Amino acid sequence: MERLVSFESHHDHDLNLKATELRLGLPGSDEPEKQTTSSVRSNKRASTEISQESNTNNSSVSDDHEDCAPPSKAQVVGWPPIRSYRKNTLQAKNKNESEVGAGIYVKVSVDGAPYLRKIDLKVYKCYPELLEALENMFKLTIGYNGSDYAPTYQDKDGDWMLVGDVPFHMFITSCKRLRIMKGSEARGLGSCV
Amino acid sequence: MESTRSLSFPDKVLHRVFTHLTSNEDRNSVSLVCKTWYNADRLSRSKVFIRNCYSVSPEILIRRFPNVRCVTLKGKPRFSDFNLVPPDWGADVHAWLVAFADKYPLLEELRLKRMVVSNASLEFLAFSFQNFKRLSLFICDGFTTDGLEAIASYCKNLTEFDIQENVVEDTSGSWLSYFSESFASLEVFNFSNLSSEVDFDALERLVSRCKSLKVLKVNRSVSLEQLQKLLVLAPQLVELCTGSFSQEFSAHQFVELESCFNNCKNIQSLSGLFDATAQYLPAIYPACANLTFLNLSYSALGSDELDELLMHCPRLQRLWVLDTVGDKGLESVGSNCPLLEELRVFPSDPFDDTIQGVTEAGLLAVSFGCPRLHYVLYFCQQLTNAAVATIVQNCPDFTHFRLCIMNPRQPDYLTNEPMDEAFGAVVKTCTKLQRLSVSGLLTDLAFEYIGKHAKNLEVLSIAFAGSSDRGMQCVMEGCPKIRKLEIRDCPFGDAALLSGLEKYESMRSLWMSSCNVTMDGCRLLAKTMPRLNVEVIKDDESDDSHADKVYVYRTVAGPRMDSPPSVFTL
Repeated sequence: MERLVSFESHHDHDLNLKATELRLGLPGSDEPEKQTTSSVRSNKRASTEISQESNTNNSSVSDDHEDCAPPSKAQVVGWPPIRSYRKNTLQAKNKNESEVGAGIYVKVSVDGAPYLRKIDLKVYKCYPELLEALENMFKLTIGYNGSDYAPTYQDKDGDWMLVGDVPFHMFITSCKRLRIMKGSEARGLGSCV
Repeated sequence: MESTRSLSFPDKVLHRVFTHLTSNEDRNSVSLVCKTWYNADRLSRSKVFIRNCYSVSPEILIRRFPNVRCVTLKGKPRFSDFNLVPPDWGADVHAWLVAFADKYPLLEELRLKRMVVSNASLEFLAFSFQNFKRLSLFICDGFTTDGLEAIASYCKNLTEFDIQENVVEDTSGSWLSYFSESFASLEVFNFSNLSSEVDFDALERLVSRCKSLKVLKVNRSVSLEQLQKLLVLAPQLVELCTGSFSQEFSAHQFVELESCFNNCKNIQSLSGLFDATAQYLPAIYPACANLTFLNLSYSALGSDELDELLMHCPRLQRLWVLDTVGDKGLESVGSNCPLLEELRVFPSDPFDDTIQGVTEAGLLAVSFGCPRLHYVLYFCQQLTNAAVATIVQNCPDFTHFRLCIMNPRQPDYLTNEPMDEAFGAVVKTCTKLQRLSVSGLLTDLAFEYIGKHAKNLEVLSIAFAGSSDRGMQCVMEGCPKIRKLEIRDCPFGDAALLSGLEKYESMRSLWMSSCNVTMDGCRLLAKTMPRLNVEVIKDDESDDSHADKVYVYRTVAGPRMDSPPSVFTL
């Protein structure tokens, strides 16, 4: 039989602040279960204690469609109350995402710079953000009137394109590498974003 | 007693009048007026909704209502969703089908929730009812995709095929190919539950033939490109569930997809969007103008993506999201969805409590921006009493308030007090409240409030709460309309159980698990109230005097004959 917090009924006409007290006490002293409650409240890993203390159901309920919860954490059966279908679908989704990989890393070259850099395109939400990051990275101004530099990229087909023509979300998927061009060619391209 | 003055309509006229009574509540009322009306109702009632399959037997049902065409049956207690009920517990539909095949040969609609349905039952169904039109299986189990082959093959008049959230063994997608090439009557087609790849050409031809198709919900194996082809064939769709919403698209393909959604001007409900990312979500914007229901609970969107999407959904009434949108995403909800009536926020990773998810700030923001909000289901890590009080002040019309603070017995994280005042505020302010789920650290005071104020409460779910029997007693003595009570892991014992003696016959059911109820208490209840079934589910390891799981329900059918060994009817 599980040990749950069971207060005497005559305690409970008020807020029962005693319940929220942190106390030390030996088992058998005044309401020892309160220790569990206190540690439940202060420790986020409460469910471990609850399952060890209170739930005889844990191992005995047979689960044909048990989800694959992380094995290291003992859990209360059926808590939080989420249906198996949802748990399984979300797990499949999480698995897919971790397989696909986190970022879209592309090489960035700047004409005249001795070495290349790499940036993660997924971090940026729009062109201005991306350009600002590149400007900070290489300490130069890109793309505005009078600037010596213009941003270009190589797409999936191998062609060199000017950055800024297509919607940003489309650019991210087709960009394979970036090149910040300098010189007379660049001046012609001017402000593109 | 019949009046010979005004009630001497011929029966036929009365029947005709009664066919216009569509609500079963109304029909129940008219059947009590007099014997003539009782008979008129029973002979003309064509739809029955049995909320507990063990509350009545097929024979009793058929005897009273001989002309039924549409049946809805619900089986297992709701906590079976959370693995608290043994898999062999019962709720097998087969006996019902056998009885219906004999007495309701014209059966056209069957909707099952939490029932056990075998392949043999599906085959029997397909063979027995020539006029069968609408099948809906929701949170059922016991069948595989093989059983669906029979439905596809033999139900020539099928208009609705709705398979949702069942535990299905998916052996293959070939079931879809069993629809004949001349079959064209589908109006509702939902197979999003099933994972196997279906023959896309067969699906395409099916959608193309079914000119009345209004609801199409495909599974994840259908790609974005394939979805596009289907949408071109069915621009009249009102409800759509997409498959996988991520694919390597060129700019041109994206524009085509966008234009495709642009042609779907009737879409009111959108779901699926599996693996949807910021890149492809904009394709659906053109179809969002009339959207009233948006289910994003399988797409891990962030706050920015949600914000941009919601700007295109001004008419949204119901929104389901994952907590990946965060409080910031919920602020967008508050700003963009003034007509919102229902919000559900699900946890993206329920077992990782290091994830922030959403807090009280998110729901607060929604309550400020959405005064019509009356249904909320909210999973979060922590709350405060003050926040909940403000939320219900902003939205006093809540009918369904389901709060799940995921850490059991979590107090108000600012004051460290119990969450009693939060739920006190809910029941005092929301006089229309019908359904309540409580969580967090709660003493008996919370239940005193509920008993005193929740006069319209019908369904109450309690977990890890209360201090003593008095908690449950307050509810049993105080809530006049309570119909369904589900309790787990609370310190309620025999006194609490027995305090509901007067109430259980007017309730649908009571569930108590991992509480302090004993076998003796259950036996006493069973003995005192013979028209209740008092079932105890025993776990092997507990001691004999303890009643681990108790399920009490009213019935006119007597104790059931199909209990498995672990279930004792006392």
